[in-house]
Amino acid sequence: METALAHDAHVTHHREGFIRHYVFSLDHKMIGKQYYFVTLFMAMVGGALAMLMRAHLGWPDRGILDPETYLQAATMHGTVMIFFFLTSILTGAFGNFLIPLMIGAPDMAFPVLNMMSFWTFVPSVLVLLASFFVPGGPAGNGWTSYAPLSAVPQASPASGLGQTLWLVAILILMISALFGSLNFLTTIINMRARGLSMGRLPLTIWGIFITAILALLSFPVLMAALTMLLMDRVAGTSFFVPANLLIGGTLVHHSGGEPLLWQHLFWFFGHPEVYILILTPMGIVSDVISTFSRKPIFGYKAMILSLAAIGFLSFLVWGHHMFVSGMNPILGATFTISTMIIAIPSAIKTFNWLTTLWQGRTRFTTALLFAVAFVSLFVTGGLSGIFLAASPVDLYFHDTYFVVAHFHFVMAAAALFAIFAGTYYWFPKMFGRMMNERLGKIHFVLTFLGIYGTFFPMHFLGTNGMSRRLYTPNFYPFLSQVQPLDVFISICAFGLGAAQLIFIYNFFATILRGPKAERNPWEANTLEWTADSPPPHGNWPEPPVVHRWPYDYSVPGAAEDYIPQTVPASPAYAGGHGGGGGES
Amino acid sequence: MPTELIEKLKPVVGGPGRPGGGGRSDDNGARSGGGPTPASMATMGMAFALAAIAMLFVAFTTTYLGHHQDETWATLPLPGVLWVDTAVLLASSAALEWGRRQARRGHAVAFRRGITAAWGLGLVFLAGQLVAWRQFVHLGIYLSSNPHSSFFYLLTGAHGVHLLVGLVALGMILPRAWATFPPFRSTAVEVTTLYWHFLTGLWLYLFVMLFWL
Repeated sequence: METALAHDAHVTHHREGFIRHYVFSLDHKMIGKQYYFVTLFMAMVGGALAMLMRAHLGWPDRGILDPETYLQAATMHGTVMIFFFLTSILTGAFGNFLIPLMIGAPDMAFPVLNMMSFWTFVPSVLVLLASFFVPGGPAGNGWTSYAPLSAVPQASPASGLGQTLWLVAILILMISALFGSLNFLTTIINMRARGLSMGRLPLTIWGIFITAILALLSFPVLMAALTMLLMDRVAGTSFFVPANLLIGGTLVHHSGGEPLLWQHLFWFFGHPEVYILILTPMGIVSDVISTFSRKPIFGYKAMILSLAAIGFLSFLVWGHHMFVSGMNPILGATFTISTMIIAIPSAIKTFNWLTTLWQGRTRFTTALLFAVAFVSLFVTGGLSGIFLAASPVDLYFHDTYFVVAHFHFVMAAAALFAIFAGTYYWFPKMFGRMMNERLGKIHFVLTFLGIYGTFFPMHFLGTNGMSRRLYTPNFYPFLSQVQPLDVFISICAFGLGAAQLIFIYNFFATILRGPKAERNPWEANTLEWTADSPPPHGNWPEPPVVHRWPYDYSVPGAAEDYIPQTVPASPAYAGGHGGGGGES
Repeated sequence: MPTELIEKLKPVVGGPGRPGGGGRSDDNGARSGGGPTPASMATMGMAFALAAIAMLFVAFTTTYLGHHQDETWATLPLPGVLWVDTAVLLASSAALEWGRRQARRGHAVAFRRGITAAWGLGLVFLAGQLVAWRQFVHLGIYLSSNPHSSFFYLLTGAHGVHLLVGLVALGMILPRAWATFPPFRSTAVEVTTLYWHFLTGLWLYLFVMLFWL
């Protein structure tokens, strides 16, 4: 009875007007797509800024950017990519699109809140973009906006109105992300299909779930810090501005502030943020690798526990960003140890991905290629992370290109590759069409080579002592010998940037005229593949009922090498997968 | 921020059956309830929102404690009106709780009285906070005067903004409470009451932090 009513409601939804359907949509799938398009645009903005930086760094004598513009480009590249691309696409686009579909729900728990999340995201994007066009330009004090540089407008040429707008934009973005997080958590806890216990959730959903917890606990801390910094800038308070601060020979009228507190607050947010960018990708990669290896994920429970462990540890390691801030060596040692411990769950995950691939009947789709490359990037970046986690070593590497190489591998590029894997994988469900695999593979090869070509040499720049915020690397004699490396990096970066045009073309050309996708083109098990491609508002005419975990691939004795979660357990292969992870 | 949470929580009714309930399919009678109610989901959503708000104030107050250790720390005098205000907010919470419980028993008049008193006392509390601000301003103590004053205005202001949101939510429930058939088991009332009690507790925490540490 209830179902019939719900079904009727969904049918009437089909007749909604243009505004309700495409603009102020309540449908999680449309909201997910809205996020996808906006964040894709922001990725292009961030990518263009990176190209500008590389143009300057490759040929610093040509004066392509002046020093302020260079620092602004670096700041906005980091800000746009971290906040407005990676964070927002993973939660906003993938989280919104996938959660109800993968848990068998008709929509989110709070659709109106979901819509409001997107429509608070849009103003934050607009405020940030507006800051490019104000006098003095956008913020230029790094994506970390360290005080007092960011707290006193006179402190730097790029600390004017642009910096204020930066603070406002991030503040609004955090509100939007919090709306999303509490919606995600409530939805995953309450709206799972019948039979879908937490122990049967796909790892993508587990990744999103733990990400949402991290966001819920860390974003408010950044909001507090942003509020205080904003008051320092506009209301003359001294939360982060020290007493007797001289700027350009003039005494600033502030008293009793503590700039180091900004760093503590920022990184208490910042380190969980790094895992907000990587836990969802880890989940996506797990699902993609399992599907295309035609094997159950190895160590399902270990995968969940390691996700949770990484999430928990992320709140205990923020000090490793501050080893050079004059911290007590005992504290430094503590943060070194807590950081090193993260290697354990990370290694567990890597091991499990490799063992899942091992002896699989691998289907080398573009999605799988990106997922496997994710593991490669994560390992490369993870290894340099061990150097940086050791506080005595970090004293030398801090703020050099070694750090730039490290986080671009382990966090930025890895997350990007998981986003590509997720896009190629779920595109049929999102838009009902199949992306071109040949173009996808060309895109993959060029992107993979481009990433390693761009970021691997940066390790050597770092070991040679090149500071990450240096405007003129050729100015110092000790760096002149590595200048050719900078040229090489820039050329690779341009190649990497150009390769993304293939993706953009493939993406939009497929939306317009790609071949129609079937319901389950990858022969995958998870619930979203039992819905139409693309699913209607409400997703299923009847809510699905789940009978098994999502990784029943290549079950001995089964007719096919995959058994969707909705297939009832039959005596022929009612083996130990019921609760999930039985095999591991 | 959480205004929207209160009134606009119109959850999609979850799939029938308990989430994650047993693995065996049992289509007979499977559709008959036991699933999460919109009310329980709204309460959970509010609990998550409160966790986020709590983290916001934890961040504010840890920074405050960091500053507090400064040798140059100057403590402000405690405005007497804050004692009155604390009592008013406690009374407001008590009235709301009383009204909510009366509503569950179907006592419309008591429900109306309780919720209206809570709303009125909430307004009085905010007015009292403004009086405290005015008193400091008359003493020449402004937002940027010293660290304690900065934190005083910041913390009371941030609390006040959240309380204002609660007042708006209560204000939206009021007309319904005064309707001929008031909602005796309203999700909005439950969730708003939770939020309101949280703000009362938060105020006690801030009051102690600001003047008794």
